Amino acid sequence: MSISNELQCETYRRMLRIRAFEKAVEKLIKEGEVPGSAHSSVGQEATIVGACMALRDDDYISGTHRSHGHPIGKGADVKPLLAEILGKATGVCKGRGGSMHLADSKVGSIGESAIIGGGIPIAAGAALSAQVRGTDQVALSFFGDGAANAGVLAETMNMAAIWKLPVIFLCENNLYAATTPARDTHGQPDVARRADGYGIPGVIVDGQDVDAVYDAVATAVLRARQGEGPTLIEAKTYRFDEHCIGLFIKGAYRAKSEIEFYKTERDPITLYRARLLACGRTAEELQSVESEVSRTLAEAVEFAKTSPFPARESLYDNMYSNPVRYPA
Amino acid sequence: MSSKIDPVSSGARKPTTYFDAISLAQAEEMARDKTVILIGEDQALYAAGGMFGDVEPGRIRSAPISEPGFSGMAVGAAMTGLRPIVDLTIASFVYLASDQIINQAAKLRFMTGGQFRVPVVYRASMWHNQSNAAQHSDRPYPMFMNAPGLKVVVPSTPTNVRGLLKAAIRDDDPVVFFEDNDLWPMKEVIPDDPDFVVPLGKADVVRDGSDITFITVGACRHPALAAARVLETEGVSSTLVDVLSLVPMDRDTILSAAAKTGRVVVVDTAHLTCSAASEIAATIVEKVFDSLRKPVLRVTAPDVNVPFSPALEKGLFPNEMSILAAARSLL
Repeated sequence: MSISNELQCETYRRMLRIRAFEKAVEKLIKEGEVPGSAHSSVGQEATIVGACMALRDDDYISGTHRSHGHPIGKGADVKPLLAEILGKATGVCKGRGGSMHLADSKVGSIGESAIIGGGIPIAAGAALSAQVRGTDQVALSFFGDGAANAGVLAETMNMAAIWKLPVIFLCENNLYAATTPARDTHGQPDVARRADGYGIPGVIVDGQDVDAVYDAVATAVLRARQGEGPTLIEAKTYRFDEHCIGLFIKGAYRAKSEIEFYKTERDPITLYRARLLACGRTAEELQSVESEVSRTLAEAVEFAKTSPFPARESLYDNMYSNPVRYPA
Repeated sequence: MSSKIDPVSSGARKPTTYFDAISLAQAEEMARDKTVILIGEDQALYAAGGMFGDVEPGRIRSAPISEPGFSGMAVGAAMTGLRPIVDLTIASFVYLASDQIINQAAKLRFMTGGQFRVPVVYRASMWHNQSNAAQHSDRPYPMFMNAPGLKVVVPSTPTNVRGLLKAAIRDDDPVVFFEDNDLWPMKEVIPDDPDFVVPLGKADVVRDGSDITFITVGACRHPALAAARVLETEGVSSTLVDVLSLVPMDRDTILSAAAKTGRVVVVDTAHLTCSAASEIAATIVEKVFDSLRKPVLRVTAPDVNVPFSPALEKGLFPNEMSILAAARSLL
């Protein structure tokens, strides 16, 4: 299965949106507008969008600390996402979550966990919920090569297998957990091979190729919707920027030549653009998408910057669903 | 342990044990609301015995020994339309689940700006005072009082365990529910109304007297009540408030009971340091200091790991004698 002709421009648009969003965040950090830290998805857009294009609007996704791209890939409005990163009242989480904890219920984004691996059982729980409620929704958990070593992945894959939960475990293997190479922390290089231990399919896919990711996820989604259970997909991808935007890490843990190779030869957006042109899309069509994305992001930056911060009186909002006297 | 429960006809006015009251509450809520599910180890055996009534098999998940995994799955299920009950069995296992309880369940409503609610109940049964040694004997509720976003409940009788568990299942927030295994065989006639709930955040005023006030947590209600009866024969009149909920805590009832007599003993099976008793005592001292006649005393377990040998464990937890001794020192 590859992405249909009708969805090619939308796929390209979402990939560009993620790239432009991350560039906007980087600029806002330099301007001192972003509290805390932020982690860029640049380089991983094909994995994110390829996976999300294979999902329905009412399917669920859970993410990680590096997750600005996931709700965008699922189709979220970028304005409230960017406002959230600036800690504004108009943020998608009203300024309570920030960069590492975006969630957008409108597009099935059930949250991003900055506790590595935390979102994995949560996605499986959403799949359990769909199964019990008798819908054919699926849930997809994005996690990294670092989270692959968290115990909850093993526990959750096992339970998903025995209960045939409609969940897709999608490992974005960008080769480094912060600064630690996966080759130093994984018993063997392929996370996908762990699927064997639970009797579920394990698939390795080129994470820089949006069509390949789409194909793998669409196959897993079909299997999940038919009640056949989970799939583990490992997308081999690469993070172009530092672990954390603007974070200076002393000591080289990645070769400059490696980074350059990925940026020049394996940029998922460059690769997809070339493929679209080769299969008959016109340069004008693509340029129109590109300028539209620039406009969208410029508007989002303006919206986020001019939005108010949350009022101090709202501090205790949403602590509990019913009135609990706070502070005591 | 339990006989087969029929939630519809179980209203007969016969004494019900604390243990059966828990099963009854779960069975009634599962019958009432199809979104209530149960996850935990060994549940298949209980379900096959009919403990939960006639429930679709998919709603009872007999889980592998994977507390972090299934406690997190309950969060995801709660965020997407279900009301899971997680049976963690032994309360000491709650530490395995605590990342998901504290980092996820407690925080996600807040961190998502209210986009999601997390109606999940984590049940944990406390097995102290039975020579189970330190890894099976904890009473960890005070730690969860220090995690905003959770509700923390410690029931003490067959009636209130059923009513509080039903309230917890119906509540839209995560609740950590600490049952006391010592109380399992305790029997009493419980209300037959299937909609009988005990609201979270409301203390139970068990006795109303004028000379001394006992504030109790969980099973401590019973030795404190025995102590109050002894004092009564000596002409001392006691107030006894069983807090039932630690979060939200019924501070108004606790403070007025404390101020009324000015002599307060807080009784709690947790270890002394940062116990629930410590929080209650501090609140009383801060808010009604002028009404106090004597220092507020805490009767708790000491700050030592729970030993295996009965010779060492005996007398470690609050009991009638230690509560009486504390009370007499204030009179």
